[in-house]
Amino acid sequence: MRARFVVAKVAGSLATLAFVLVVNFFLFRVVNDDPTASMFRGRNMSADQIQQRREQFDLTGSRLEQFIAYVGQTLRGNLGDSFLSNRPVTTEIREAIWPTVALVGTSTVFAMVIGITLGIYAGWRRRSKFDVASTSFSMFTYSVPDFWLGMLLLGLFAVTLGWFPTGGFEDAGSTATGLAALLDQAHHMVLPALTLTLAYIGEYMIVMRSSILDTVGEDYLQLARAKGLRDADVRKRHAVPNALLPVVSLTALNFGFILSGAIAVESIFSWPGLGQATLEAIRGPDFPMLQGLFLLFSASLIVANLAVDLLYGFLDPRVAGR
Amino acid sequence: MSDVTSNPANEPVVDPAPGDHPPIAYSPRAAAWARRRASFAELARSVRSDRIAFGGLVVLVLFIVMAVAAPLISSRSGLSAVDSVGNSAWARPSWEFPMGTDHLGRSVAAQFVWGARVSLFVGFAATVLTVGIGSFVGIVAGFFGGWADSVMMRLTDWFLVIPFLPLAIVLATVLDRSLWNIVFVIGVTTWPATARLVRAQVLTVKQRLYVDRARALGASRTHIVGRHILPNVAPLILANVTLAVPISILTETTLAFLGLADPNQTSWGKTLEEAFGAGAISRNAWWYYLPAGLGIVAVVLAFTLFGRALEEILDPRLRKRSRGQR
Amino acid sequence: MSLLELRDLRVTYRSERGDVPAVRGVSLTIERGQTVGLAGESGCGKSTIAGAVLRLLPKGTLVEGSILFDGEDVYEMTPGRLRAVRWSGAAIVFQGALHSLNPVRRVGSQIEEAIMLHSADLGLDRSQARRRVGELLEQVGLRADRARSYPHQMSGGQRQRVLIALALACEPDLLIADEPTTALDVMVQAQVLALLAELQADRGLALLFITHDLSVLNSVCERLMVMYAGRVVEEGPSRELFADPRHPYGRALSQAFPTIGDRASRMHPTGLPGDPPDPAALPSGCAFHPRCDVAIDECSALDVALRDVNAGHRAACVHVEPPNKRVTNKSVTS
Repeated sequence: MRARFVVAKVAGSLATLAFVLVVNFFLFRVVNDDPTASMFRGRNMSADQIQQRREQFDLTGSRLEQFIAYVGQTLRGNLGDSFLSNRPVTTEIREAIWPTVALVGTSTVFAMVIGITLGIYAGWRRRSKFDVASTSFSMFTYSVPDFWLGMLLLGLFAVTLGWFPTGGFEDAGSTATGLAALLDQAHHMVLPALTLTLAYIGEYMIVMRSSILDTVGEDYLQLARAKGLRDADVRKRHAVPNALLPVVSLTALNFGFILSGAIAVESIFSWPGLGQATLEAIRGPDFPMLQGLFLLFSASLIVANLAVDLLYGFLDPRVAGR
Repeated sequence: MSDVTSNPANEPVVDPAPGDHPPIAYSPRAAAWARRRASFAELARSVRSDRIAFGGLVVLVLFIVMAVAAPLISSRSGLSAVDSVGNSAWARPSWEFPMGTDHLGRSVAAQFVWGARVSLFVGFAATVLTVGIGSFVGIVAGFFGGWADSVMMRLTDWFLVIPFLPLAIVLATVLDRSLWNIVFVIGVTTWPATARLVRAQVLTVKQRLYVDRARALGASRTHIVGRHILPNVAPLILANVTLAVPISILTETTLAFLGLADPNQTSWGKTLEEAFGAGAISRNAWWYYLPAGLGIVAVVLAFTLFGRALEEILDPRLRKRSRGQR
Repeated sequence: MSLLELRDLRVTYRSERGDVPAVRGVSLTIERGQTVGLAGESGCGKSTIAGAVLRLLPKGTLVEGSILFDGEDVYEMTPGRLRAVRWSGAAIVFQGALHSLNPVRRVGSQIEEAIMLHSADLGLDRSQARRRVGELLEQVGLRADRARSYPHQMSGGQRQRVLIALALACEPDLLIADEPTTALDVMVQAQVLALLAELQADRGLALLFITHDLSVLNSVCERLMVMYAGRVVEEGPSRELFADPRHPYGRALSQAFPTIGDRASRMHPTGLPGDPPDPAALPSGCAFHPRCDVAIDECSALDVALRDVNAGHRAACVHVEPPNKRVTNKSVTS
């Protein structure tokens, strides 16, 4: 891959990140000119105390000064303190990030593997019973609101059948550690993961199928067959590598949504991840938290986009100017 | 679809009309209209013959009719907690209450019928906004090229990078919770995809020879955009609309579920929010949360099926694939 | 025993709009080392024949009649036998080389794949195969290190050479060239043609050259067949077909390429009016009659079979009478 290609893409990402920082800052200032006002509601505070609080949260000085201070702090890794808990935003995020990554990461991987496989076979044998069945299934799950699916699964498997807990990350008051704790967490994760997997499968399946269909008409497949390749090998060695390219970009982009993608589902299952944190921050409103979360979500998307571009450059020799 | 080659002499042109009627001499304008009419007729025929598309269309029409006729089907008082005091709460479906009652004794069926109104309305309105902004940006960027294009595309890319749901949530929090604000939020956050698609199509059309020829003949920019670019981009936009509506509906549902919708309006998403909040799941009151979800699925599925079939019909490249090669 | 024999081959594509007869009864034989040209406009069925020989037609296509390769019926072969015959018995040089090559694999690996598929017959292991790839590329006039290139990094002419090298990889007895020089400019065309002729002569390959450009065939092929609407309308030694075409379509084809320096061709560009017929809606009787300048009433009702003009030269036209009968333009009864 040409170095110029890589450098250009990375530079573009940094520029976008800079833009996000700006938007992040001004969006929340536009929202609320004086974020500390919500803290003072109903309390009697002297002018000095108010000024003290303001300084504590870097809310003095002109907009520009505040912006510079904000950028400086962010680059040093200080995202401020949460209004609600008074703990650093970075700490709050750190605690909430693992449940989300575990849940959404697992679901995405399963949905990808199953969805892509279904898509390959459905597209290869177009109009077959398998194709019709899997396409119908995918269209259905694609149309379903993910949290509603979660409600249904909860109602059936947790409430009626009692096989799974109705929410949370682990049993309340549990003192288990190590393997036992992991198993408990896994047990709690089954329903939400099932919900998300089903919700995500449709997109992968449909895109992969469509991509295979695009490849099926290509001449190089005919040549491959003329050489004497078995049908399965034609599919595996020639069709799939070409058909995977668009799916790769979709997949990598979806990884960017890992952190922000499960807000509603986390709510249904009381899953203590970033989604819950976002909702609580909205209800506050807890602006440093919202700002920090927003930045995190955007940054993960930017990184994912960059990864897609680089990956595509690596996989498709026509792109990176080799 | 239609490409009108400018004929300054305005001589009668023999139009090889599609179908099996013999060629008739028309003026160029009449020839163009004849071609358009024939295209629409073919489109309608294709839709009728494609059973899935037709089925989707039928389902959609049913729901739209239900939503519009809501006042006739179900009285508004069914939604009011005050008026429902006398009813038993959490009642299973019965003759009197076909979908049972909720935690406040209100008729779930009424919420379903009235909720359809808001969900569909927001879906359509937000889509109009999305496609409107997206098409405008796409056409301007694609047609004018140069710095306009770069600026628009940077803007689009930046919008795409900001995670959509958090942005929608933040905007919805910032603005007052009202119907139009939800429409605004959805429209403003989902236009980039349309812009990209439209721009790609405009670029494709722009490089077609007949546009160059029109320019050589001295056609003005408005003429080119109106007569050449738009007719070729319109089918794509139409197909995009039918696929954008389900996305808008699903987004409204999610935003409503997260408590950001207009508190005075019932929508399907709101019903789900209230059901969850009232503990319908632990009470196994499936009649409360099942209908709204099924309604969403039905409408979204119908739109998607109809939209895909429409896309296949309008895009000749896709059509070739379904008819078999060679 | 002929190397390739088509007996009354009929191919009908099945589509949602109905059946489309692409080939309507074609018979031909090719002996070892022979060069045969197949000419015609697009849609006449010639590419279908290329696909039919190696059973590459889309699933569901109806194939009637028989195709015998070295005595074996291609459509009776087991899948295993078919895969063995493909490429090592007969190979195809496709047109449009940019789309015929897998864009994400290096060209060398694509040739290597063909060799390794038939490694049992050829007795080559992987490293020997790789060396052979280099040799093949050099034989078609490319540098051996081009094996590491991707298709999009090569020019049209270079890609066509790669396809030729690929076709020769398993030492086939029959080479089918399906429009190999279309989409190349004239200079490159000449080079590729010269290359094909040279390789064919060196190896004693049988060659079936399919094209719409008659002028190309004259230099490469001994025998020529002209196809129209799924049928062979004229066949014979190529020199004779050029000098004295008897079918109106054959005549039009050879006249479409004016001879430089010949005063008669000057200022008289000839083309055929009308379009090739839609295979799904063929004209009645002789399929060519709507565009024919010597058509008579009979032509719309009568479908003519190939008639002898003289030894080895046949044409399917109502005006063709054996050499000892006079040819008139009037109807037979007058």
